[in-house]
Amino acid sequence: MSHSSLDPNRDRSRQAFLSRATLITSALLIGGMLLVLVLHALPASNPLYVSSATVALLGKYFTYMLLALAVDLIWGYLGILSLGHGAFFALGGYAMGLYLNAQGASLSGWQGLMASFPLAALAVVLAPGILALSFGWLAFRSRVTGVYFSIITQAMTFALMLAFNRNEMGMGGSTGLTRFSELLGFRLAADGMTVALFVASGSAVLLAFWLCRAIVVSRLGRVAVATRDAEARVRFLGYRVEHVKLSLFVVSAMIAGIAGALYVPQVGIINPSTFAPLFSIEVVVWVALGGRATLFGALLGALVVNYLKTVLTGAMPDAWLFLLGGLFVVVTMALPRGIAGVLAWRGRQEGAT
Amino acid sequence: MNQSARTRVQQLRELSRPDRVFDFMLPAQSPVDVRHGPILYMEDVSVSFDGFRAINRLDLTIDDGELRCIIGPNGAGKTTMMDIITGKTRPDSGQVWFGSRHNLLTLDEPRIANLGIGRKFQKPTVFEALDVSENLELAMAGDRRVWKTLLARLDGAGQARIDEVLETIGLTAERHRLAGVLSHGQKQWLEIGMLLMQRPRLLLVDEPVAGMTEPEMQRTAELLTRLAGQQSVVVVEHDMGFVREIARKVTVLHQGSVLAEGSLDQVASDPRVVEVYLGGDEEASGC
Repeated sequence: MSHSSLDPNRDRSRQAFLSRATLITSALLIGGMLLVLVLHALPASNPLYVSSATVALLGKYFTYMLLALAVDLIWGYLGILSLGHGAFFALGGYAMGLYLNAQGASLSGWQGLMASFPLAALAVVLAPGILALSFGWLAFRSRVTGVYFSIITQAMTFALMLAFNRNEMGMGGSTGLTRFSELLGFRLAADGMTVALFVASGSAVLLAFWLCRAIVVSRLGRVAVATRDAEARVRFLGYRVEHVKLSLFVVSAMIAGIAGALYVPQVGIINPSTFAPLFSIEVVVWVALGGRATLFGALLGALVVNYLKTVLTGAMPDAWLFLLGGLFVVVTMALPRGIAGVLAWRGRQEGAT
Repeated sequence: MNQSARTRVQQLRELSRPDRVFDFMLPAQSPVDVRHGPILYMEDVSVSFDGFRAINRLDLTIDDGELRCIIGPNGAGKTTMMDIITGKTRPDSGQVWFGSRHNLLTLDEPRIANLGIGRKFQKPTVFEALDVSENLELAMAGDRRVWKTLLARLDGAGQARIDEVLETIGLTAERHRLAGVLSHGQKQWLEIGMLLMQRPRLLLVDEPVAGMTEPEMQRTAELLTRLAGQQSVVVVEHDMGFVREIARKVTVLHQGSVLAEGSLDQVASDPRVVEVYLGGDEEASGC
């Protein structure tokens, strides 16, 4: 029984930043991006050609993956189920929408300020960050946890939806912000812009994935997991649980804000429906399907569900919500650890033989 | 309101005391001052929940390095007492001091934990999704702030400390196993190990041998006896056999206050104790 004897059942790579899962995920993201770029560069007559519309669609999926990552960071690793993360996504989106709206128009006051890209970029992370900071500070110091926290996040996003629906907000009311023309002086409709936004979104996913991975493998990540499983114990060990929660909640909200900012120029509109509680719940379903508490699973879940949604809402639009609900029920009952759980299990089976 | 105003006046008076020594003037090491007596001092503490007096004018003094057993029937207020010491519950009245410098009633749970009061729960509470050495690493004394925790790396001294505690609690071979797959007894020891990593001055241990087998109980008794002397240990326990094994001094709680205090034989022969607790108890006389 030597000191260094390792339990064979224990995956030590879990602790390292560069685990196999990290490398595979990074490779898949980079490889996928390059593949799409190459196929897009083919002549349109080639059967493998990927059109601009598809590139834009994939770019949108990337922003959803980013949002799923944000939700998984706090739900999977910290046990905070936010059913209002769409609000942070939407705030980032509105910040970008205001910037796009101010291009070529001479607006006065604070709307005019948003014409500056650096200021808009700051607003993209600060608006969700400040909301998360104030909301989280109030909730976590009062020790609001579990389902109660989830309910007030729903209330938060619903309240914001009502507010943004009002014309006096200067946010376009129920129509939202749309009819954008330029980003950083380039035409949004140009093919080069579609590709650039696709690459920017993919890179953001990659960077956020590395950031989350670094957090999760740090000691703070382990304190987070410990908080998820036994909060009182963590407190009696001397950690300020509310500070841990607050900091990760703010990081998560900022990632969601960046996702929203990348989403808006690719779909060309942001309106209060993004604040709808249903959207936030859908994000949670992506993460649950992909595999909670695995960053890879969150990315996969967002991609798979949204791809299915694109295909199925085209083929049978009425059936989509039933399918989504059914899928959620089946996965939670049969695969509690999601698709990533199945992959990890199969990987271990193969490794054993 | 009245209560908080009174506390504020008290604080003000405390601040302007002529012999006041401000915390920042004191050396950072060993912040607990036990030169003037006990490590834990509770005086006239009362707390009620919905009219029920869980703790009723409780006085309790624990000396530095002491191993104290606290016994009492269900509902005697043992767990509430621990809640008060660790900052989870605020008493309605009374004083609780850690050493002669720290008024525990003004501090919250993380502050109290960082001062050096460790608590073991009744139900073993370890981080099941982490492995044994990770559990110990999180408990290790150190800077608990978010940013420092994010950047923290386990250094050689920390690793040596973990190895030492693993040896003490006898879980060296299990170090890389997930805490969730440990047996009940092993989880209890791991939790005691986590307390040791905190380097506490005072250990509060709530029913450490509940659900343990006889050999496991033996080992726990050895462990706790070894700890006393280096730190003060307060053990709340139901099992009289176990209490006889480790106790030097026993406090009997009843209806939220101290009924008797002394050696186990002294308290066991106290007629009031016999009446409320040990009276006709086969287990007590049998051991």
